[in-house]
Amino acid sequence: MTRVALFTTCLVDHLFPQVARSTIRVLRRAGLEVDVPRAQTCCGQLPFNDGFWEEARRIARYHLQVFADSEAVVAPSGSCVTMVRHFYPTLFADEPALQTQAHEVAARTYELTEFLVRRLGVSDVGATFRGRVTYLASCHGFRELHLRDEPLRLLQAVRALEYVPLDGMDECCGFGGAFSLKMAEISGAMLATKIDAIRRTGAEVVTGTDISCLMHVQGGLERQHVPVRAMHLAEILAGEG
Amino acid sequence: MGPERAHHEAGQIDFLDGARRALADPAFQANLQRAVHTFRQNRTRVLATLPEWETWREQARAIKAHTLAHLDHYLEVLDRSVRGAGGQVHWAADAEEARRIILDLAGRHGVRRIVKSKSSTTSEIALNPALEEEGIEVTETDLGEFIMQLADEEPVHFVAPAIHKSPEQVATLFADRLATPRTTDPEALTQAARLHLRETFLRAEMGISGVNFAVAESGTIVLFENEGNARMVTTLPRVHVAVMGMEKVVPRLADLAIMLRVLPLSATGSRMAEYVSLITGPRRSGEADGPDEFHLVILDNGRSRILGDPEVREALQCIRCGACLNVCPVYERAGGHAYGSIYSGPIGAVLTPLLGGASGAGELPFASTLCGACAEVCPVKIDIPRLLLVMRRRAVEGSRAAAWMERVGMRIYALAATSERRWAWGGRALRAALRLFVRGATVPRLPFPFAAWTRYRTFPAPPPEAFRDTDHGA
Repeated sequence: MTRVALFTTCLVDHLFPQVARSTIRVLRRAGLEVDVPRAQTCCGQLPFNDGFWEEARRIARYHLQVFADSEAVVAPSGSCVTMVRHFYPTLFADEPALQTQAHEVAARTYELTEFLVRRLGVSDVGATFRGRVTYLASCHGFRELHLRDEPLRLLQAVRALEYVPLDGMDECCGFGGAFSLKMAEISGAMLATKIDAIRRTGAEVVTGTDISCLMHVQGGLERQHVPVRAMHLAEILAGEG
Repeated sequence: MGPERAHHEAGQIDFLDGARRALADPAFQANLQRAVHTFRQNRTRVLATLPEWETWREQARAIKAHTLAHLDHYLEVLDRSVRGAGGQVHWAADAEEARRIILDLAGRHGVRRIVKSKSSTTSEIALNPALEEEGIEVTETDLGEFIMQLADEEPVHFVAPAIHKSPEQVATLFADRLATPRTTDPEALTQAARLHLRETFLRAEMGISGVNFAVAESGTIVLFENEGNARMVTTLPRVHVAVMGMEKVVPRLADLAIMLRVLPLSATGSRMAEYVSLITGPRRSGEADGPDEFHLVILDNGRSRILGDPEVREALQCIRCGACLNVCPVYERAGGHAYGSIYSGPIGAVLTPLLGGASGAGELPFASTLCGACAEVCPVKIDIPRLLLVMRRRAVEGSRAAAWMERVGMRIYALAATSERRWAWGGRALRAALRLFVRGATVPRLPFPFAAWTRYRTFPAPPPEAFRDTDHGA
């Protein structure tokens, strides 16, 4: 494999462009050419998770068209990949042609660490990052894509990086999309637990595979004036000297 | 805290209101958290020693799925077997019919006192208030249920009803209500409850139990418990009434081999329940113990509707182990009362609206981050996150006027996300709007309808350009 298409994801595209740049840098360093299909938008998870399947279906149809010809699609998000892989087939349960197409695209769509470790067999991307770093697992990646060792192997291979494990690493941070607004009190209570755990590690940086969870956690850290920075794992893996 | 007992049926469910009250009670939070973490850790520790676990789960799932696929058949077999063993079978289409059947039985036997062992199904049908209205004294004999009854509260957890209470709170309750000397020693408290209950057992004319499994081929009902009180409930009074949801049937005695393992392991991390009772009919001639009459009430109450609904049918596989509650970060904080039904936690958020719960039940499927911890532990492999998603879709399809703003928002979002131009423009508009709220390096306050976000977090300041607007330079 020599070419991959970057599925930027909506949050990264509009709010965290540095994560896309880092992802491209990591993929290029692994010897790949990276296309960025200009027409791409979003996977449709927001309306899907909130019960608006018809809206999600429209977006999913569009997404399938955009990536129809890509040999492999890589996204810096376990959640968006879960949407494509597990929920597109559900969305198109009554449309066999689209469901087949969904299965085809799903089989070629990978989360970044999954792609590097499982598909390419790379667990050291040659990165250097100075600092004490802890890692939180994002639920979709952890439970739906079964990303257990992959992100940690990549992280622990980074030069100069000191990894400190997080208590309750696989417990949800409380984001949950619209849940964070609709059930803000519970979401906030879950976030508080996560922030306490992060504080106890003494880490300077908290990282993970999904910018949505990290945005939530970063916002909580700032609100509570905890001097820990949230960074996407791709940003750390792109680090040089 | 907590609502008064058993006003489910007619009541209104306001999940957020209940959750807020739970969150505002530090003792409740600490007690519940400690309890579910203990269950969770025990389960994880024991399962680590059992490489067969995944095989057992698959077997348990297969038994339940097979039974549901042939439920009419196995229920008929069960009916015949129970009658063959000298028991009587009553079919109840809904809660009201179930209550009437039990009230009639009580009336026919001149029952003034009833002892009960733990049963979620009798809570589902709001049995206790109906009995009490007829002047019958009802005593819950499971220690947790007994505590809840004294406190006039609903169980917070359908396996462990009083886990949100500390020993200190129980001590105060017992001192007030049972007039026992105040002590926080769990053993002494249990002893006080035992003494009180022993008297009650001996006087009761009817015992009411739930059913964990009902074996079709033999007409045997199976009860799991850890205190021995269900043995007393089912043997001491003259009449034993067992109440089961119709999905509790399993085909064969041999099926119990797997259920005996997965239920206690999932519930508390125990390899075995302390007491497992297999009860087939009433006392037979020559037997020393047991009731004169055995009645089995088989309850539908919305279950056949779920059975005929393939998209959600798997919800009926549930064996009420509570494992999904113990790992749910939302349940852990909101507590069971907020769900407004005995069936709380992730499976409750699916079952309560499916069983035709009170108004407000439609909000329950939204009480989840879809983190998937529940699906990971479910011993019968119910895909709870998928069911929550389906229930959300149905809630959206079902509500016309409600949440119109969200509906408009989603339409606009879908419109933007299906065109490169609209998407790019939408992003620019969003960033421009966000910039109005930037203070320093972040957005500390967002306006309606996003204000709830900034109650607990800041929002990131937008970058000058979207990734799509740059040269993609890496």
